[in-house]
Amino acid sequence: MPDLFSQLWSDYTVRTVALGSGILGIVSGALGGFAMLRKQSLLGDAISHAALPGIAIAFLLTLSKSPLVLVLGAALSGWLGTLLIISVTRTTRIKEDSALGLVLSVFFGFGLVLLTFIQRQPYASKAGLDKFLFGQAAALLQSDIWIMSILGIIILLIVALFWKEFKLLSFNPEYAASLGLPVRFLDILLTSLLVIAIVIGLQTVGVVLMSAMVVAPAAAARQWTDRLGKMILLSSLFGAIAGISGAFLSSTLERLPTGPTIVICMSLLVLISLLFATNRGLIWRWLKERKNRQKLQVDAVLSDLYILAQQHENIEHSHPIEVLRTMSIGHGGVDRTLKELQKERMVDQKEDGTWRLTRQGFEKAKNMSEKGENL
Amino acid sequence: MSDKLKNQNPQNAVEVEDLTVAYQEKPVLWDVDLHVPQGVLQAIIGPNGAGKTTLIKSILGLVKPSAGRILIYGQPYEEQRDLVAYVPQRGSVDWDFPTSVLDVVMMGRYGSLGWFKRPGKKEHQLALEALEKVGMSEFSRRQISQLSGGQQQRVFLARALTQDAQVYFMDEPFQGVDATTEKAIITLLKDLRAAGKTVLVVHHDLQTVSEYFDWVLLLNVRRISCGPVQEVFTDQNLKLAYGGKVSFLTHHTHTEQDQITNI
Repeated sequence: MPDLFSQLWSDYTVRTVALGSGILGIVSGALGGFAMLRKQSLLGDAISHAALPGIAIAFLLTLSKSPLVLVLGAALSGWLGTLLIISVTRTTRIKEDSALGLVLSVFFGFGLVLLTFIQRQPYASKAGLDKFLFGQAAALLQSDIWIMSILGIIILLIVALFWKEFKLLSFNPEYAASLGLPVRFLDILLTSLLVIAIVIGLQTVGVVLMSAMVVAPAAAARQWTDRLGKMILLSSLFGAIAGISGAFLSSTLERLPTGPTIVICMSLLVLISLLFATNRGLIWRWLKERKNRQKLQVDAVLSDLYILAQQHENIEHSHPIEVLRTMSIGHGGVDRTLKELQKERMVDQKEDGTWRLTRQGFEKAKNMSEKGENL
Repeated sequence: MSDKLKNQNPQNAVEVEDLTVAYQEKPVLWDVDLHVPQGVLQAIIGPNGAGKTTLIKSILGLVKPSAGRILIYGQPYEEQRDLVAYVPQRGSVDWDFPTSVLDVVMMGRYGSLGWFKRPGKKEHQLALEALEKVGMSEFSRRQISQLSGGQQQRVFLARALTQDAQVYFMDEPFQGVDATTEKAIITLLKDLRAAGKTVLVVHHDLQTVSEYFDWVLLLNVRRISCGPVQEVFTDQNLKLAYGGKVSFLTHHTHTEQDQITNI
């Protein structure tokens, strides 16, 4: 395995692809975290789709496929889409989800028309533009990595600088405004960072799937922690892991497209997080609930036996299990609970099969009922 | 009445004149005047949709009024921001946000911290003191999603306390809170008044108005009446504010509480 790794790493193309995918994972993970907390996860989808016509127009205007030109076109067009969504929501009665859907489909449709148009033209350099749909990491060059790294570092620096402002903006924008923070400016800044984060991933993952790299790392990270800082770090880490492993996988297995492979790796991380995360994970919660239920059942049977014991002069008086079944809520699991209590020497079973509290069990039940009354 | 007050005391904590707010041509607040002297606990009451929250928000510049003038201690709000603290409705945020109680309370300092500076020891200390005042000290490290409604409210109050303001605007702090929290808020309000602060509270429970507050504004898009509780909180004014739908009693005292219809 390490051999395979070093072999892959020494391969120029593979290394470039992995680096690029890792960077895009880190940046989109961090910004995606904020987008999710601001309930803007879908905005990422709209932005990435809205970037497509920008790429096509940038190409038509310059006839160049230089990534800087295309990325600039993508960013402008993605930004325009975002502005449209915001102003449509603000000035008309159309709600945000509809505005998102509208902008996404109109821009994406227009982009597809332009792409088809370009394919029919006799430009020599036209090949490869359609790769922006699903991404082609293999086409990444060293120079692209430089651009991605520089943009990525700038984005992360700005996030670090405006950390507390972005936190408050995400949690409680109205309060932020009442403190005198320029909420409008911060909003535009954070959204613009999201646009750039998305745009630098387009070449690798493609416009169709890029939103997964915004939403998924954040969703997975949120499962593991209750602190914003840790969440954003984890989100970036997940993004990077998915990006690098996806890039390696797609270069080892032939004809596996990079973008979808990265997204599948990311989905696996989400699935694992949804199931196994501490506190929030489904399995964790299920186990906790089961434990709670068992404890409640044990307490209930104990107190039932206590009530029965109080009704008789003799504490030693024993009762058949049917009595306890009738008393318990749902009438289930009494057998098992009694066995458990027996193991703890809280109850014992007489030879005729009836049950009673032991001295120890009686004390505990008494204690419990007194505590209950005091509450 | 308002003119007289203004002459007596030029240092009204809050002065609002001719405030008009409209959402898409529908007036929400219409020509509202409000003069709040320093050091009073003022309730803002009125039926749903009366514009209570909008009034607070437009004083704080969160909603843009179509017309009107707002002064805090005689100066425009923008220049007096440091004197004002805001407690929004607790339902206005997502309490599943990944952060701790202490962190939320420290947010009250973000305005005075300035750009790029992170909260440090001093902010930490101020936040802990504020939590102490609302009886939430032992919750400082708790994740905010694990708080009850009343505890959430107290966290918001603590956050406003760290601002060390002169005028406090609270939007329905008593909404859906437990008895412990209600008591804690009342104690807090009285402490604030004793310290010479002015507090404006959007309030819903008519039964407790005369018990908790000394001034009251009755609002229903227009200003119905404003002044000391004994003068203003009358059956007639309530009828004007709430319409003829409810029958109120003139004396809102404890002895007759059973008969009072709560809205």
